[in-house]
Amino acid sequence: MATKPTGSGFFDSLYGWVNERFKIDALVEYMGDKKVPVHGHSIFYYFGGISLFLFVVQVVTGILLLMYYRPGADSAYESVRFIVANVQFGWLVRSVHSWSANLMILAVFVHMFTVFFTYAYRRPRELTWLTGIGLLGLALMFGFSGYLLPWNELAFFATRVGTGMAGAIPIIGDDLMIVMRGGEEVTGATIGRFFGLHVAILPGLFTVLLAAHLVFIQRQGMSEPISWQGRTEKDKQYQRFFPSFLLRDLLVWLIALNVLAILAVLFPDGIGAVHWPLGTKADPFAPPPEVIRPEWYFMFAFQALKMLPAHVLFIEGELFGIIVFTIGGVIWTLVPFVDRKAGNRKASYLMAFGWLVLAFIIAMTALGYILE
Amino acid sequence: MDDVRKVSDYRGIPSHTQVPQFCARCHSDAAYMRGHNPSLPTDQLDKYRTSVHGILLLTKNDTKVANCVSCHSVHEIGDAKMPHSSTHPVNLIETCGKCHSDPEYMREYRIPTSQVEDYKASVHGIALLEQNDLGAPACNDCHSNHGAAPPGFNSLSAVCGNCHAIEADLFNGSPHKPAFDENEYPMCESCHSNHRIIKPHEGMVGIDEKAICVECHSADDGTAAFETASAMADAIGQLITAHRRADSVLSEAIDKGMMTTDEEFRFKEVSQALIQAKTLVHAFNADSVASKAAEGINKADSVVANSAALIDEYHFRRKGLGFATLFITILVVALYLKIRQIERTAE
Repeated sequence: MATKPTGSGFFDSLYGWVNERFKIDALVEYMGDKKVPVHGHSIFYYFGGISLFLFVVQVVTGILLLMYYRPGADSAYESVRFIVANVQFGWLVRSVHSWSANLMILAVFVHMFTVFFTYAYRRPRELTWLTGIGLLGLALMFGFSGYLLPWNELAFFATRVGTGMAGAIPIIGDDLMIVMRGGEEVTGATIGRFFGLHVAILPGLFTVLLAAHLVFIQRQGMSEPISWQGRTEKDKQYQRFFPSFLLRDLLVWLIALNVLAILAVLFPDGIGAVHWPLGTKADPFAPPPEVIRPEWYFMFAFQALKMLPAHVLFIEGELFGIIVFTIGGVIWTLVPFVDRKAGNRKASYLMAFGWLVLAFIIAMTALGYILE
Repeated sequence: MDDVRKVSDYRGIPSHTQVPQFCARCHSDAAYMRGHNPSLPTDQLDKYRTSVHGILLLTKNDTKVANCVSCHSVHEIGDAKMPHSSTHPVNLIETCGKCHSDPEYMREYRIPTSQVEDYKASVHGIALLEQNDLGAPACNDCHSNHGAAPPGFNSLSAVCGNCHAIEADLFNGSPHKPAFDENEYPMCESCHSNHRIIKPHEGMVGIDEKAICVECHSADDGTAAFETASAMADAIGQLITAHRRADSVLSEAIDKGMMTTDEEFRFKEVSQALIQAKTLVHAFNADSVASKAAEGINKADSVVANSAALIDEYHFRRKGLGFATLFITILVVALYLKIRQIERTAE
């Protein structure tokens, strides 16, 4: 049942004032009736919320960074250096922004694979899956576009390699690369494009997709395990969405905030494979550094393309890799339409495909760091 | 190579004395050499005639001295830029040393034979032979190649000054210059030696018994040299102490992962001031050394203060993290207890 405020006091008066104007009684009643399944894998329900929390952290820290960041080949590096060295708590804001970005991608990956392996993408949640895949794509584009913005040596050469890979796409490759770079080479014009993408276009698209994703989840509720099919209501265990699940979500967010604070303070430039030292300013005429590597979440694709031979059959190696990734991505996106089974029937072949994809990503990422 | 001069008749093996003229038939012919290697000088024989080797060979018929093939070999002649060439800078030391390091061979000339050994231990030898710095001088850079001879006492500052121009200029304007000229003292060599030139250090200047200044000067020699040396040593010593302190505090800030780019840049200015102060010693003017040292010390103090502030900031961050973690932990525990209470009430 809804927990509508009754009685007197400031909050009750405020609720009455809002309800009189917006008729929120029905919404509160709806929220109060919502239930979340409780089972052995309930913990994975929280990863979507963690991703959302980390996205909000990025929006807040991103806005703070925007106050000092100046895009441009002559000002980007200098402004980031100013933020880190001279702005009060600027180092912390940049560090939190970078850590939350990386942790969000990790949380999104965990969220996506748990949804996949628990069949939570199945009818009627096809659109929730599709919007989720869209959000993952946008999150990766956030990472790629944000990496260049400090205009340091590492970012410059990684972006040159990354945008160069786009050039291998047949027919549109060359034009796509020029559009991405704003010319033949990575220059100040590229920063302008990536900056616009990072702070305006992507946030706009992301907000729309995120809103749709959340509305779908709220309307359809959390997916129940397929093993619950056929069980009676008394054999199922639930907790109320409000306040139990929401407060637990809040608890997890607080823990995530603390982890974020610890990482941001102890490792302001990142650690190991996840690092973003400012280093030296980008110099297009300087020789490339010995090791050019992308962000860790692009490493599997980078390594796989690197390991391919010059030619596979009659196709150029890099192009072959891009074709395989594209086919894999399309299958992954259309999973709810490929798997038409319902009830507690398992889709073993699809799960095997999922485990193969996961093993491939982990193995290639590990190889990428071991072989560099 | 089709146009290389054709042999019209067999000339036989030239004698040791004939070799310079034999090679010069082509190498001193400017018109001919222009067609093969226009950048190659054609004055080798002229220079050779002025060298110690040339004088002994051509006027005294001393066949022990070096001629062209002694250094260039006979049939394996290579350009000095080629790494395998006997006249490549890295190989040249051993090429000259073949004779000059052989005490038996050099006995009658009554000159030392420790040059190669001394050179290898010198700052120049280490740079050239160990660090492969081809900019470092080999034998020919000071002694010339075809006109090989020891630089005279009055031309030393010009020879060393080819590279160490500022030091040579300062020395030429110093009170030492006329005194050295009058007494025919070798300029740079008097303090730095010749082949075994070690990296200059602060202990060379001053009035300690190990300082070079006291080899000529004393407190009662009737000049201000003793006071000047003492003042220069003090100024440089203070700057070195400040430099070390700045280095230590800055290194700690770097180790702690703080953003030290500005301080690292300023520290380079301190190092630069130290080099400049040491260079100014060659003017033997205590005021100019003290002025440069003071400039460096000011910058070093600034590096120390700013780096110390960064270290304080590092500790402040950790304390802040500790308080934040404590606060969040309390919130987490309180929230957990609240959830339990709500759920118990609901049951």
